[in-house]
Amino acid sequence: MTNQVHSGSNRISGAGRLTPAKTVRFTFDGQSLTGLEGDTLASALLANGIHLVGRSFKYHRPRGILSAGSEEPNALVDIERDKSRKQPNVRATVQEIYDGLKVKSQNRWPSLTFDVGAINDVFSPMLPAGFYYKTFMWPKFAWKTIYEPKIRAAAGLGVVPGEPDTDRYSNRFAHCDVLVVGAGAAGLAAALSAAATGATVILCDEQPEVGGALRYESDVTIDGAPGYEWATATIARLRAMDNVTVLTRTTAFGYYAQNFVGLAERISDHLSTPAAEMPRERLWQIRAKKVVLATGAIERHMVFANNDRPGVMLASAARMFLNHYGVAIGRKVGVYTANDSAYAAAIDLKRAGIDVPIIVDTRDNPKSAIVEEARSLGIEVLPGHAVFSAGGKRRVSSMLIKPNRGGSERKVAVDAVIVSAGWTPSVHLFSQSRGKVAWDAANERFLPGTYAQDCLSVGACNGTDGLQDVINEAIAAGGSSAEQAGFAGKGTPVSLTATGSASWIGGMIGSAAGAGPDTTVKAFVDFQNDVTAKDVRLAVREGMHSIEHVKRFTTNGMATDQGKTSNLHGLAIAAEALNKPIPAVGLTTFRAPFTPVTFGTIVNHARHDLFDPTRRTPMHAWHAAQGAAFEDVGQWKRAWYYPQAGEDMHAAVNRECVAVRTEAGIFDASTLGKIEVVGPDAAKFLELLYTNPWEKLGVGRLRYGIMLREDGFIYDDGVVGRLAEDRFHVTTTTGGAPRVMNHMEDYLQTEFPHLDVWLTSTTEQWGVIAVQGPRSREIIAPLVEGIDMSNEAMPHMSVREGKICGVPTRLFRMSFTGETGYEINVPADYGQAVWEAIYERGKPLGLTPYGTEAMHILRAEKGYIIVGQDTDGTVTPQDAGLTWAIGKNKTDYVGIRGLLRRDLVTPGRKQLVGLKTVDPKVVLEEGAQIVANPNQPVPMTMIGHVTSSYWSENCGRSIALALVIDGTKRLGETLYVPMPNGVIEVEVTGTVFFDEKGERLNG
Amino acid sequence: MVETIQATRLHPLQSGRTGPAAVSVTLADNATRVSLRARPDAVAALSKALGLALPTKPKSTAVNGSRAALWLGPDEWLIIDDGESNLVADLAKAKVLHSAVDVSHRNVGIIVSGKGAEGVVNGGCPQDLSERAFPVGAASRTVLGKIEVVLWRTAENTFRVECWRSFSPYAFAFLQVSARDIWV
Repeated sequence: MTNQVHSGSNRISGAGRLTPAKTVRFTFDGQSLTGLEGDTLASALLANGIHLVGRSFKYHRPRGILSAGSEEPNALVDIERDKSRKQPNVRATVQEIYDGLKVKSQNRWPSLTFDVGAINDVFSPMLPAGFYYKTFMWPKFAWKTIYEPKIRAAAGLGVVPGEPDTDRYSNRFAHCDVLVVGAGAAGLAAALSAAATGATVILCDEQPEVGGALRYESDVTIDGAPGYEWATATIARLRAMDNVTVLTRTTAFGYYAQNFVGLAERISDHLSTPAAEMPRERLWQIRAKKVVLATGAIERHMVFANNDRPGVMLASAARMFLNHYGVAIGRKVGVYTANDSAYAAAIDLKRAGIDVPIIVDTRDNPKSAIVEEARSLGIEVLPGHAVFSAGGKRRVSSMLIKPNRGGSERKVAVDAVIVSAGWTPSVHLFSQSRGKVAWDAANERFLPGTYAQDCLSVGACNGTDGLQDVINEAIAAGGSSAEQAGFAGKGTPVSLTATGSASWIGGMIGSAAGAGPDTTVKAFVDFQNDVTAKDVRLAVREGMHSIEHVKRFTTNGMATDQGKTSNLHGLAIAAEALNKPIPAVGLTTFRAPFTPVTFGTIVNHARHDLFDPTRRTPMHAWHAAQGAAFEDVGQWKRAWYYPQAGEDMHAAVNRECVAVRTEAGIFDASTLGKIEVVGPDAAKFLELLYTNPWEKLGVGRLRYGIMLREDGFIYDDGVVGRLAEDRFHVTTTTGGAPRVMNHMEDYLQTEFPHLDVWLTSTTEQWGVIAVQGPRSREIIAPLVEGIDMSNEAMPHMSVREGKICGVPTRLFRMSFTGETGYEINVPADYGQAVWEAIYERGKPLGLTPYGTEAMHILRAEKGYIIVGQDTDGTVTPQDAGLTWAIGKNKTDYVGIRGLLRRDLVTPGRKQLVGLKTVDPKVVLEEGAQIVANPNQPVPMTMIGHVTSSYWSENCGRSIALALVIDGTKRLGETLYVPMPNGVIEVEVTGTVFFDEKGERLNG
Repeated sequence: MVETIQATRLHPLQSGRTGPAAVSVTLADNATRVSLRARPDAVAALSKALGLALPTKPKSTAVNGSRAALWLGPDEWLIIDDGESNLVADLAKAKVLHSAVDVSHRNVGIIVSGKGAEGVVNGGCPQDLSERAFPVGAASRTVLGKIEVVLWRTAENTFRVECWRSFSPYAFAFLQVSARDIWV
């Protein structure tokens, strides 16, 4: 290596816009290299003479850098800050370098220059398109066990990071009058024009700098200044305006309904040491009144044999590397083109002192000033010729040329080749917006046709040619967008004068000479998925006649670059093979995202604690301090049981269950849903929503209510208290709270709007402390003020308002345990203090905290159902043994007609019964199936299933509830529960296992 | 028989203030809150009882001293009073058809304040919070991340976020995280 210049031997002194003194050190596969601040990884590697940066997907062919933008299919690398911050498949043309950047090439072993996998290239005749589908068919089982795992291991480019991502990602919702996507000449002009009216404008561009093609077009002026200078001055002007937000390094990746556009902003990927607080990326979710798409066009490569050799590059990319980064892509650069735009690159290179020996032009007689200019600089122009192959392996070394119409071959030694087959307008976002593209036959391209949303396309993405026309169109679009967003006649109209050429027309699509149907050469259409021209033809021969089938069979355009450079070539080759015009073959639909977006950005804040809300009761801290185990009930954390030293769950739950029945227990019931029903028609409304009668329920009384769906099945249940003639306190199940509220509100608004009643959720207003057991009154009475708690004054199923511990309470006397008990409602912030006061007083009297597990057992001992456990959406009140809860004289309520359906009144329905195992120690499994005859052949006739099953310490045996066909007629019968380890014999019983007469409730 | 025990309040959020940057996320003072429901013909009498004109336009509020009424729907207001007055008793004086339910402990108030507060709330709220669309005094029931909140702009750079009690740790943590984002 001779006398290397500081930032690379190919850096041209005086060229580009980077500052030579601002050097940056980075490594590529362990090799330490120097670049300049502002370099992309691609420009820095090229400055150091490195073209070989990766191996291809299927054939492991050496690959270089094709482009200078986000369309890059080849130069994908792995960037690793540390083990948890590792990103595969990063495009070298997008990644900016920073001090300490560590880059590794991908898809090679043991090294980039010697890759064992390249053997696939030698055997490539055996790996045609569709190879996998055809080869790995037999034996059938082997697909899952052998082929798929092996293929998956071998496929793919980068390696997925193994550890959770420690970076932060952020999110921002924003609204604007006009969103402008792309900050090239068109986007800047549109933004200026819209902003001048005072409309709010968001302008985004995926590049670090604005300007788009102005960054490399050396021969244009706008408003009297060189293009790039105008762009930087304009963006400064825009940034200074209060109504404009400029977002660089920000990709508009998805265009959704009603002008909802997703942007991904890269915040710290270009920084050497990002601040710890800095998010890596930010998702912008933008709702725009108007969208202006100024997304430009993407240059296509030429399709010829070995066109993937490192050093073969798009002409515009070479120009960008030279004019913006000051990097020559080679010392002797050949040109192969089908249009004019490669000439400009050749001229710029020649003027920078690079040897440009030849321009091979497929056109027979190209005529324009730029062709003459190239000739005048001493470049040989060879019209009517084709490059039929490229020489070299890890770097292109020669172009093999012959006349289009046949003749003698010629070989020209080069170290780089720039190519241009013309420009493809970037209609990706337009297409995502559900706009329909139209075929421009004259120029062989798809352009925006029918718009589906409030947006306009301007400039190259709209097929507009000539800089002045582009700018005029953009100014008009920016102005009319602002006008339609409500800014008509405001501000001073913008006008700009531009000089210089910017031509996006001309060129060719499909395979060039030498890559025609009669050859077997590897002329690549899609670099990233290793799809060649002959693969596309093979797909057609195999019967794929739709472009959607061709795409999937060949995988053309299905890589992470989504075929930005390849789609049109693939389509043209397929159309030729099908002998159909291109529009008849069709274009595949573009899908979001435009370029890959990280999961982190999509997820943004919703990680760890913010993944989902965790709801805790007012007394949660107390439970936690007592060492309670918690169970998740929806989003709630509920105390499950309170193990003491040396206790397992079983022992703790047994102790809690016994304590409630012998002394008293204290339980957190705060999660129960609560709805306050207020208004003169409150009782009338409840009559319609529940099966029970409410009109005659006295003030201060409670009633257990059942709510049905229209189909007659149980929807929810709960205790309802009447606080006043016009005020009820409704409780629902914990899980049912939101849907019961919705159900009630739905009926109120749609079926019963004539009723004077309103619903308010009070679930979280009240902390609820259940104190249950023979000593419950004795424990709480001294703390209660203003309520006569005597059995006579406040019997079972009553409610009183007063004070406890000096704070207001709604004191419910009710029971879900079968014991004398109370549910004490206090304003939530007082929940913990009141709980602690009750516990302090009750502890010497044997008061024991119990959790949801004990609660479940205690209620099962009493045969109280849990909706959703003992019912499953197909259970009627009759099935559940709750016929008593249906108002006999009622003529209307939700579900009354449903209950009369024939299949709900026909015998043979499953009914809720109790089960006792013959061996009292055996606890059945919930969900276990029940049969009448265990000796019948499999599959047996199942007549029911176990819904609840527990060990009951209070009963000294196991207990279970079950839904069994004609269950209530089977009391005393023996049934069987077949299990893997044998058949369990059970006796059908009533559903109440403890205190059958219910005397303890009234203690 | 009453023992001399006085229960004390335990707020669901124990931490006070956060944010390295211009925007602070703090707890609002305890307040009395009522969910008020009524038809248009009752608005005048209820306004009189409350001492403020109940707003009748979407996204609007009315304030008188420590008392504020937030329009949440055609027949629904959230009344917040962080003073000493008795909101429930005042409403009880109005003898027109209405529903007033005390939700003082149901809700928790969080104040987001400082230059950039709009962006912090927009970190999780999809509404247009520009002053044009959501001026000082605007309020609405809306979304913050995965939860429902009531949002009220009390000053150019100050928002009050009201959410249900058990969602307040989520809302507070969300706004803290979002507040860390505005400096870039």
